Amino acid sequence: MSLTVEDLAYGYPRKQVGRDVSFELAPGEIFCLLGPNGGGKTTLFKTILGLIPPQAGRVLIDGEDIAALPRAALARRIGYVPQVHTGYFPYTVHDIVLMGRTAHRGPFAAPGAADLAAVEFALEALGIAHLATHVYTRISGGERQLTLIARALAQAPKVLVMDEPTASLDFGNQIRVLEQIKRLATGGMTVIFSTHDPEQALLCGDRVAMLQQGRLAYLGAPSDVITSDSLREIYGVDVTVAEIDTASGTRRVCIPRFSPQEL
Amino acid sequence: MKTGWNGRLLPLLFLTACLIALVVLAFAVGKYRIAPVDLYRLIWAKITGTPHDLPPAIETVVFAVRAPRVIGAMIVGAALAAAGAAYQGLFRNPLVAPDILGVSSGAALGAAVGIFLSFDVVAIQGFAFLCGLGAVATVYAVGSTVRGQDPILTLVLSGVVLGSLLGSCIALLKYLADPYDQLPAITFWLLGSLASTTGQDIASTLPAVLAGMVPLYLLRWRMDVMSLGDEEARALGVEAGRLRIVIVAAATLMTAAVVSISGIIGWVGLLIPHFARMLVGPGFARLLPASIILGGAYLLLVDTLARTVAATEIPLGVLTAFIGTPFFIWLLATARRGWQ
Repeated sequence: MSLTVEDLAYGYPRKQVGRDVSFELAPGEIFCLLGPNGGGKTTLFKTILGLIPPQAGRVLIDGEDIAALPRAALARRIGYVPQVHTGYFPYTVHDIVLMGRTAHRGPFAAPGAADLAAVEFALEALGIAHLATHVYTRISGGERQLTLIARALAQAPKVLVMDEPTASLDFGNQIRVLEQIKRLATGGMTVIFSTHDPEQALLCGDRVAMLQQGRLAYLGAPSDVITSDSLREIYGVDVTVAEIDTASGTRRVCIPRFSPQEL
Repeated sequence: MKTGWNGRLLPLLFLTACLIALVVLAFAVGKYRIAPVDLYRLIWAKITGTPHDLPPAIETVVFAVRAPRVIGAMIVGAALAAAGAAYQGLFRNPLVAPDILGVSSGAALGAAVGIFLSFDVVAIQGFAFLCGLGAVATVYAVGSTVRGQDPILTLVLSGVVLGSLLGSCIALLKYLADPYDQLPAITFWLLGSLASTTGQDIASTLPAVLAGMVPLYLLRWRMDVMSLGDEEARALGVEAGRLRIVIVAAATLMTAAVVSISGIIGWVGLLIPHFARMLVGPGFARLLPASIILGGAYLLLVDTLARTVAATEIPLGVLTAFIGTPFFIWLLATARRGWQ
């Protein structure tokens, strides 16, 4: 198993956010996390990444407890794509992606040929090679998200954690990011991502979990987990889950009931 | 290469050329003017060990009077600008300067206490240095004891608060000081000046400046990652907490060392990194050398102006503020690109 989460309790000092979280992911698996706002998704991710210590339980990558790994060794195993940000300094896209190579060099070492090749490869893979010299703070939100994913690809971890990678992206960029996630997983990377759209989980999740008040309420195959019953329980709205034939095969869609006259 | 590395080295070469021209100018002008040709002959004679036929006064002016001051100005400017670049990247804040963590006000209080207790010059400098480091250590201790949501904001606020407390202590000392003897000395020191810089000052400051600058340069690639914020830096494989202590310690050491010989000189650490970022971009591998050269050149220029434009010498700290304030407003109004 590339990622094992065992009986994890997580949160901040004097404030538990969630507990009893357990799951195992195989290499190349896509794991999609759904849940209401404030359900604990980001805190769970930070705990899995080793950014905040677990209150109980363990996180293992390839059988190694992450608590025992130095920071650079950990970063070579698990990568993080944060929610897209605007940045602070006018670094170029190339500069930002190059920072993904930090864990592969000593603290004083300048980037070498291998690092530059990895950056080139990541930019090509994400289809943003033409943006290399553009300034990160002045490109669009979708391009910034692709840049952060390219940085994670250059980092070459076994497991990739993505916090709402499609939030604040337009319709077209959402689909393009999901396609990239699928491609990364096909290349053998294990991907965990959170989203507010259950259809995205149906589209590219191998397994789906729903996080409610910090605990896993549902966990399983997307078509088993995402039902009108579970969606009503988690989000408090009535949803029709229907199947539609499209050019790319039969797809499930989630259509919430919209009834303003009953308010 | 696509990133235009070589293109971005050009500004560095240009800045170096400007700095060299300024050094020649600084040696030439003043109450005793020296022609560049004489300067060249004198230095050449000194290097080759051959005798020269220049008046001995020239040799005294060049080596005993101007050399310490010119070298001192460059060291002070370079150290303040390098520390400013490090602090701005680390705290991701355009208004952060070496004084923000209380270094300058700590050193100022140390010097004021030294003058008040009638210490000798070396003891005053040493005391200023220690108090500068002590102030930062206090700010750091307060910042890490108060466990807020945002550690950087907590740290910066602690610095501001401690700075104003130290300012009050300095005001108290000025109130109590002997108005004929100590008060002018304290005031003079607070205004900042390189007029009394000696070769010995430089010899005692340079090791501390280098001890701060070398780690910063070695960690230049890590500095870029640190400017993304703690969380992302750690996810990219950097021990952010430990690295921040190293960088703050290095930048503080440099600042305290130069403040102890020059007094308080504001604005250099705030402005020069902005300007350097506009020229060479935010990458620390280029930003740090550019800040060092630009900082050295800027303070050398201002110090040369300070001793030549008026009949009496203008305090350096006053002049940097007069030049710095309009420049900063211009920066705010026109050049967002220097920041975002």
